[in-house]
Amino acid sequence: MPFLGAKRWLLAGIALAILASYFTPQFNRYYLGVVIDVGIAIILATSLNLINGHTGQFSLGHAGFMAVGGFFSAWISLQVGGTANAIWYFPLALVAGGLLAAAVGLLVGVPSLRLRGDYLAIVTLGFGEIIRVVAQNTEAIGAASGLKGIPKLTNLGWTFGFAAITVYAISALVNSTYGRGFIAVHDDEIAAESNGVDTTRTKVTAFVTGAFFAGIAGGLYAHHKQFLSPTGFDWLKSIDIVVMVILGGMGRTVGVIAAAILLTLMPEVLRDFSEYRMIIYALLIILLMLLRPAGLFSFNFKRRSHS
Amino acid sequence: MNVPLLELEKATIKFGGLTAVSELSLCVGDGELVGLIGPNGAGKTTAFNMITGVYRPTSGVIRFSGKDTLGIKPNSLAAAGIARTFQNIRLFRSLSVLDNIRVAARLHNGEGYFSALWRGKGWKTAEAETEKNALELLEIFNLTQQRDELAISLPYGDQRRLEIVRALATRPRLILLDEPAAGMNPSEKDDLMRLIRFVKERYNLAVLLVEHDMKVVMGICERIAVLEYGIKIAEGTPKEIQCHPKVIEAYLGVAATPIENAHA
Repeated sequence: MPFLGAKRWLLAGIALAILASYFTPQFNRYYLGVVIDVGIAIILATSLNLINGHTGQFSLGHAGFMAVGGFFSAWISLQVGGTANAIWYFPLALVAGGLLAAAVGLLVGVPSLRLRGDYLAIVTLGFGEIIRVVAQNTEAIGAASGLKGIPKLTNLGWTFGFAAITVYAISALVNSTYGRGFIAVHDDEIAAESNGVDTTRTKVTAFVTGAFFAGIAGGLYAHHKQFLSPTGFDWLKSIDIVVMVILGGMGRTVGVIAAAILLTLMPEVLRDFSEYRMIIYALLIILLMLLRPAGLFSFNFKRRSHS
Repeated sequence: MNVPLLELEKATIKFGGLTAVSELSLCVGDGELVGLIGPNGAGKTTAFNMITGVYRPTSGVIRFSGKDTLGIKPNSLAAAGIARTFQNIRLFRSLSVLDNIRVAARLHNGEGYFSALWRGKGWKTAEAETEKNALELLEIFNLTQQRDELAISLPYGDQRRLEIVRALATRPRLILLDEPAAGMNPSEKDDLMRLIRFVKERYNLAVLLVEHDMKVVMGICERIAVLEYGIKIAEGTPKEIQCHPKVIEAYLGVAATPIENAHA
């Protein structure tokens, strides 16, 4: 399990992202947009993977956390206004959105993580809907008509910089003695408890960490699309992210990233007949569960077999 | 007199109308090896679950090194020094042999969330230390070769031993072994007895052992308590227990012959 040079990979990832963003003006705007979508999806899927994959808690509320971070950071940007000092306030706005999402995650997580399996899924589903309804009725963030005119600050650098940080953080956590607690909770809560793992605390930690990065992804999304509507964060959005985690193989970082890329590109490729998107989604998952129950990209059978 | 390490005082637990364990009083001193036996369904595992905080006793008191354990969660009791194994093996199935131990060693790893993220010098030292200790334990139990294998891919006997290693990694003062010899062949059982004695001496452990194999129980226990239908019917040295009339009755049933023959 040596995770040597992890920080070097992180720095390389960030450097590459910044370098890429330097050439941004030369890119086709459409492709650029899609690539940024991919980066955001990677953040969402990797962070949900900590909750649903590594820790084994089935959450359907990721879009809710994304909404919290998105609306809050967009609101900050609109208060500060302009793109002049973006390099300073944009990361702060993103992190602020992430922190608020994490705080909400704590608020939701502490009572609901006593539940297991289906019950937890229902509670988190309900939470996501609450967020959406609250957003729809809050005048400060535009209520039902949403937030308009958010400055376009998201670029390749920020997106993939934060994607690199997310992937690093989740992998670093899980690949440590401390983080083995997440997997222990996933495997057997009773054995984990009796070996000194505080299971409730571990689950809440995973939940809050996942919420933080979902909040950041929300902020990137807001400053990418420049328009936020509460209806964009309904439970279908959460399902999209869950599908990435399942398709990639619960708890497998590389697989989940690959699935995030695949599932973001697929609707773009299928744009001409996008009504069939959900059908293809469903077919893909059914096929996958039949053919590769451990996930599409499970190279690492020996170490982390869930079968 | 010193305070016993573990003390049960009329510990009782009821599930609805069923009294699973009734007024169980039992002491385990520091470094003592005590056996808990009884027919199936006598309440031995339930007693374990009360001691480790999984179940909350309906009445009675359980003290660990003099402190009442009521309402303390299992993970805190593990940190306080109570470790256990399970009758139906509960290893972490997606983790390697070494990582199973690392989970238990988390208690003493000392590194937390942010140091795991930052991976500084202190973290690296702690991780190396944890791995070294884990390998030392694996060495004692002769499992070093399998360190990177998935825990559930081990043969049954090795899985049982790995559970003991994992429990030891929490650095307990008291270890509860729930049928550690179940499913082992005679030579594995002999090895196990030797190992239990060895780690008990080496780490100055108190051991509470539930076991059906009488050869194991009589071979290593210093004292034995017998449960039947949740009630303690006898307690004493292995010799005393072997010829205790109530124990024989519990295991073999009442003799069908008239009373005068009972003296034979």
